[in-house]
Amino acid sequence: MNWFKRLTGQREFMIGCIVLGIMVVMSFASPYFLAWDNLLAVLLGLSIEAIVAVAMTNLMVSGGFDMSVGSIVAFVGATTALLLAKGVPTVPAVLIGLAIGALIGLFNGFIISKVGINPFVATLSSLSLFRGLTLIVSRGRNISGLPDSFAAIGQAMLFGVQTPIIIAAVLIIGGDIMLRRFRFFRQSYYIGGNERAARLSGIAVDRMKVLAYMLTGLFAGLAGIVMTARLGAASMTAGTGLELRVITAVIIGGASLQGGEGSVFGAFLGSLLMALITNALTLLGVDVYWQTFVIGATLLVAVLIDQLGKTSAQAKAAGAAKASAESGARKSA
Amino acid sequence: MSEYILEARDIVKTFPGVKALDGVDLKVRRGETHAVVGENGAGKSTLMMVLTGVYRPDSGSIVLDGREMAFSSPQEAVRHGISIVYQELSLVPSLSVAENIFANRQPVNGIGAIDKNELNRRAREYLALFDLECIDPSTLVKNLNPANQQVVEILKAISTDPSVLILDEPTSSLTEIESKRLFDNIRTLTGRGLACLYISHHLSEIFEIASTVTILRDGRFVCDASVADIDEDFLVTNMVGRTITDIYGVRPDPASLGAPRFELRTLSRKGAFSDVSLIVRAKEIVGLAGLVGAGRTELGRAVFGAEPPHSGEMLLDGKEISPQSPGTAIALGIGYLTEDRKTQGLFLDFPIRANLAANRLSSLSKGPFVSEALVDEATERAIRDYRIAAGGAKKSVRTLSGGNQQKVLLGAWIGIEPRLLIVDEPTRGVDVGARSEIYGFLRALAARGTAILMISSDLTEILGMSDRIYVMKSGHIAGELEGGTATEESVIALATGAAGGECEA
Ligand SMILES: Nc1ncnc2c1ncn2[C@@H]1O[C@H](COP(=O)(O)OP(=O)(O)OP(=O)(O)O)[C@@H](O)[C@H]1O
Ligand SMILES: [Mg+2]
Repeated sequence: MNWFKRLTGQREFMIGCIVLGIMVVMSFASPYFLAWDNLLAVLLGLSIEAIVAVAMTNLMVSGGFDMSVGSIVAFVGATTALLLAKGVPTVPAVLIGLAIGALIGLFNGFIISKVGINPFVATLSSLSLFRGLTLIVSRGRNISGLPDSFAAIGQAMLFGVQTPIIIAAVLIIGGDIMLRRFRFFRQSYYIGGNERAARLSGIAVDRMKVLAYMLTGLFAGLAGIVMTARLGAASMTAGTGLELRVITAVIIGGASLQGGEGSVFGAFLGSLLMALITNALTLLGVDVYWQTFVIGATLLVAVLIDQLGKTSAQAKAAGAAKASAESGARKSA
Repeated sequence: MSEYILEARDIVKTFPGVKALDGVDLKVRRGETHAVVGENGAGKSTLMMVLTGVYRPDSGSIVLDGREMAFSSPQEAVRHGISIVYQELSLVPSLSVAENIFANRQPVNGIGAIDKNELNRRAREYLALFDLECIDPSTLVKNLNPANQQVVEILKAISTDPSVLILDEPTSSLTEIESKRLFDNIRTLTGRGLACLYISHHLSEIFEIASTVTILRDGRFVCDASVADIDEDFLVTNMVGRTITDIYGVRPDPASLGAPRFELRTLSRKGAFSDVSLIVRAKEIVGLAGLVGAGRTELGRAVFGAEPPHSGEMLLDGKEISPQSPGTAIALGIGYLTEDRKTQGLFLDFPIRANLAANRLSSLSKGPFVSEALVDEATERAIRDYRIAAGGAKKSVRTLSGGNQQKVLLGAWIGIEPRLLIVDEPTRGVDVGARSEIYGFLRALAARGTAILMISSDLTEILGMSDRIYVMKSGHIAGELEGGTATEESVIALATGAAGGECEA
């Protein structure tokens, strides 16, 4: 039964059960819920934030934090659209857009790990900086008239599924395996667990941290490109509030602000849970104004359950340690 | 007036799943120093917290000067004359010495503002008590060395004019000389009628300072005795429940030591140490003694690449090296066991297996993937080899006793099969049973060929373990001694030098 206990002790399992529960209840409550189109709409709705959540999970596992992802989404979307509008072909425009995202991440990572500014403050200023730059470069207008080859990134269908969903799925599966299994990303957990001990264990802490911010910038940039392609235009308000939804999803999925824990799959379940709640409330005809409230409550409940679980596990562990110390002493006596 | 100033009778205290205290008695006389000893997790700190109202006992009673008491908070215990210096420092680093001593009881002037002059004047009186007039009461605590911070802790505790002062492992961050000064201070206080409850894992200290000792084992009261009637073996046997002979093991024959493995030539780092030259041979355990602040830890960290040196040469097996980060040092086969396992060594919320794997992820990987099978195998081996008493490899190390935590950390470093292992205070806060095991592991590691540089403030440990000893004083090597012939006096003489240097902040 040990594996069962371990499984049920995990946040992914808990959130997964809640997600399933909602799906079962909703399939009875609304005939439309299980319709293929509705499920695809839910997934399409969360695909953009799920892409960002993949990199945000790694960042938060290493104890970092990024408030600027929403602005990066908008800024990269706007600059890529401008390049396309100026006649730059799709491939170079996309690559430049991705590079801009990564550079903004590098900038965040540099002032946080080398200059030593607090991550919240540093990325809060980036949030304003790059939202501001978006407004400046777009002159406050949406940028449309993008080529079809670019629009395909967000609008094409593969096996009857929209590309944003496919892109998100690939990144979530790949990201989950990498963070779970790769030696390289295992270092993120150590940094989040105890930064000083990680450094003395031979982990290149500063380099890993800068890289984690760069990856976050890169993924946010990709999300911006996908979003622009899907809408067929770059909107200056794209990604507003995205950072809070992504961070909420990552935390619901098992990460904490201190770092050292969390998983990409958990973060995906977190954003799926939020999307399902929104969808369910809409289908049930609940006043839309309640949606944000319910998501706040979900976060609080997830964190509370976790906290309660931890306190009792700690007490039990202390008891077991004591008992085994006693038996150990007796054996050697 | 009753014979005892403070009595605890049949105290029971359970935490969820743990019986931390199970029928413990304690009788403390006026004006005596009363030691409480026991292994890690025996319940010493818990007993003190029961006495000072941090915890309420499940049953049993506390009698203060003949009157039964039930404190509901530490403040209430302080009002009745029981003060405590906790195991972990509890000062506010960014406040001044005076503000720390009189925390929450600062004298105020007419309009209710803190009267700085009066505050500093009264702090100076307390500092004078311990002959520390040279410390300015307005110095910030973070600018004091650990020994003087400890003094401030004690002054804070006695500033409420207690009749019982509890010191929980006060010497774990002090060197021998600083401990001696602390003992003088304790004698001054007990001479004025104060009773002192004293907890330490350094058994020699018990004989130096205490008149009575109470022994706890696994939360139970074993016995109490007058220190004059017992010896160290009696203490160890009753604490551990078995006899431990010769905790330092046998020093190998000097002729059996290997070739020079590691050498420093005039290594310097500004503001930390300068012109340090030393040699450690394969199979050799070299002790590095000195006062706190002599630059020993800085030297260790420099060799390990954590704060690289500014000039000088480092040679490992005859090849010049200059690690610029811990990662490169580890790749060269250098390990460093930090002096502070909780804040710098361990990942407290991670399980044992993750802690053991932290410094050698690459050797526990297959291709880019961490091999959980290899990690499990290494963990099982370490738990067996180092006799780590743990509820399971998946429990977080926070729940382990100090001795077992230290074994995990040491296991991780032995795991990289180092050519040179620097151990910084390898047994700080570790009980005598685990301590003798750790010494055994170090001896065995040396016998396999590793060169060991052991930084320690515990003189008996330095003298008991080292094949050779270097003594550092204010950033310099003050001298070198043979392990077999060095004495406490010869080390202290080198560490302090002719000039006392008693009052560095
Ligand atoms: N707050 C707590 N919750 C649960 N268990 C605790 C708590 N505090 C102590 N314990 C347990 O009670 C037992 C006694 O711990 P205590 O800290 O009193 O030991 P100690 O003798 O002071 O050890 P050390 O020499 O390491 O300081 C241990 O098994 C410990 O794990
Ligand atoms: Mg203790």
